[in-house]
Amino acid sequence: MAQFNLPPNSIIGTGKTYYAGAGTKNVRRFQIYRWDPDTGENPRMDAYEVDLAACGPMILDALLKIKNEVDPGLAFRRSCREGVCGSCAMNIDGTNTLACTKAIDDVAGEVTIYPLPHQAVVKDLVPDLTHFYAQYASIKPWLQSATPPPERERLQSKEDRAKLDGLYECILCACCSTSCPSYWWNSERYLGPSVLLQAYRWIVDSRDEFTGERLDDLEDPFRLYRCHTIMNCTKTCPKSLNPAKAIAEIKKLMVERR
Amino acid sequence: MSAANKRPLSPFMIGPYYKPQMTSILSITHRATGAALVVGTLFLVYWLVSAARGPGFYDQAQVMLGSMLGQLVLFLWTWALFYHLANGIRHLFWDAGYGFELETTTKTGWWVVWSSIILTFLCWLIAAP
Repeated sequence: MAQFNLPPNSIIGTGKTYYAGAGTKNVRRFQIYRWDPDTGENPRMDAYEVDLAACGPMILDALLKIKNEVDPGLAFRRSCREGVCGSCAMNIDGTNTLACTKAIDDVAGEVTIYPLPHQAVVKDLVPDLTHFYAQYASIKPWLQSATPPPERERLQSKEDRAKLDGLYECILCACCSTSCPSYWWNSERYLGPSVLLQAYRWIVDSRDEFTGERLDDLEDPFRLYRCHTIMNCTKTCPKSLNPAKAIAEIKKLMVERR
Repeated sequence: MSAANKRPLSPFMIGPYYKPQMTSILSITHRATGAALVVGTLFLVYWLVSAARGPGFYDQAQVMLGSMLGQLVLFLWTWALFYHLANGIRHLFWDAGYGFELETTTKTGWWVVWSSIILTFLCWLIAAP
């Protein structure tokens, strides 16, 4: 059943405010979602004033500054800081994106940061993506073949290779899946945009010989067809990919093979 | 697993936590207008049945549907019909694999909004006695 409200233990309260010191000029306020598994209390929003004159340009820079200088307890994932690992995906200013590639200047006024939407929270901005990864594993994201391995690599024409453009760049940050209302309400059974884009990446790969089986696995009212072309996925993708289009291509293949 | 069971659900609702965008708003409106069309069809059935039952019933229905409230409901129903029609055509293009670029979706989205409004007014202009 679709859930439209937060459960009682998830309702967000007001937390502390950390003021910038005297003499700071270019101050920006960050409202950040906090939840500590050890206290048993509800989540809260803490406010941090950050002096942008002494801070890097990206949201991740501000988060690191807060963690280093103000509140070492603040938990979030980060790694590459240049948009290729997908670790720092979060809900910034109302849409999902990567903290490392989102400029502070792109947000007007207060910067509000929540974890990726509709996920179980491990701590602060860290969501539990176990289910998301399990769904990814379920589409068998590797090359499958029945024919014996050739002497050398399995070759691919330039045209066939070009079909993977716009698909292989996906970094599985989960921004798109967790922006999808359909995924919020059916994530137990609906695979979501990210995993379906990955599924299509293997379906169109000319070297893969299990296309039929892959389509069989997706032919399901929930796994594939809970996509109603809302397009929140494409709108939010920090890599400017088009999961909605990939899903539409899968749906087309389903019809064509009848 | 006690700690995991207590884990809060991160906020998600469109509006307070996730920015309302054309993508999601038009989609929700498509659903809402679809539901409204079902209710509107009940009014249509009521009107037809009243005509079948006799002049007394029909006059009563005419008074009800002709009242300010009745006209407002009919007007909104017309808009729901045209919106659902226009956006339905947009969905047909998507189903055929066209119009997925963000720029195109935004453009077709505005087309749906404006054409539904214009068609509604045209319909009422033509239908007005």
